[in-house]
Amino acid sequence: MTDLAPPPTRLQLFLAFTRVGLFGFGGAAALARQVVVEEKRWLSERDYAEMLAAGQVLPGPNVGNTSVMLGRRFHGFTGALAASSGFYAVPLVLLTGLLLVYGSVADDPRVDSFMHGIAAAAAGMVVGTAVKMGQKLRPPPEMVVIGLLATAAAAWLRLPLPLIVLLLAPFAVGAALRRQKARG
Amino acid sequence: MGGVLLSLLLTFGTLSLLAVGGANAVVPEMHRQIVEIHGWLDSATFAQVYALAQAAPGPNILVAAALGWVIAGPAGMGAAFLGIVAPAWGLAWWVAGVTERLAAKPWLKAVRAGLVPIAIGLILASGLIMAQAAAAQLVGLAVAVVAALLVWRTELNLLWVLAAGGVAGLAFL
Repeated sequence: MTDLAPPPTRLQLFLAFTRVGLFGFGGAAALARQVVVEEKRWLSERDYAEMLAAGQVLPGPNVGNTSVMLGRRFHGFTGALAASSGFYAVPLVLLTGLLLVYGSVADDPRVDSFMHGIAAAAAGMVVGTAVKMGQKLRPPPEMVVIGLLATAAAAWLRLPLPLIVLLLAPFAVGAALRRQKARG
Repeated sequence: MGGVLLSLLLTFGTLSLLAVGGANAVVPEMHRQIVEIHGWLDSATFAQVYALAQAAPGPNILVAAALGWVIAGPAGMGAAFLGIVAPAWGLAWWVAGVTERLAAKPWLKAVRAGLVPIAIGLILASGLIMAQAAAAQLVGLAVAVVAALLVWRTELNLLWVLAAGGVAGLAFL
């Protein structure tokens, strides 16, 4: 595990999450991981995974929630505000611009092809990041099984997310407690 | 006008706390509230605004802001955005505080550790669902597979991966 960098300033938080919000394309959690863990080294792989996990089970966008938690950790309320407004502000401005020209861009077939290509790459980016995180965290076998059950329940059975969390969390937390005890 | 704004704030404020898994989880309920219950938009306009917001860069949740804009202009956008973001924001803030205060408790450590594999599993699932949509064309599938391998095996900047996907789309889709 590499050493962490010094804590970010509010401006750095804002700018990092601006990038994540703007270029997430459905895979903001993947991009946020690269920025926060690999590039800036503000959090360890495990810390990021735990923050993202909390952000995932809470209502709202997972990375939006993570931005609040991460910002709070470094700078309290103003930090949370800086990180989360980075995530939303520039996209909101762009969306406003798009609404003003309402639809004239979306009709261009080239834009359509470009966006389809990006969407396909974003899908791969999300899959690749999930595999990478799973690998780097080196989870015990029972946690791998629980994770894959969550994947199957969401991707194939299409169960609602709160139900999946309610069904699997008792087993996952129980398994984590058992590992803790075993380690003493 | 003020009535509509308050109504938007409350409607999206409720949806905010139901949006476990993000905006897509509440789009059907959003449609029901806006088209069927309040009659603010017809179904076709809702679909158009939804598509526009999806095409725009940024978090999916901003679809609420776009709907607010079409329903009641800039103030409507503000009310809808505040509604969809603020409650979940407050909850995340509160949970982060509790988590920090109780960080040393073994049960909390177990909860946090236990949620990690579930969350990663769910993120993997969202990627697979996105990939399924992309795989309607063979090129889309190829782009997704190559992107997954690159991201998994290298430290390549993800923006290059996305840009390359876009260019492949321009060339072949």
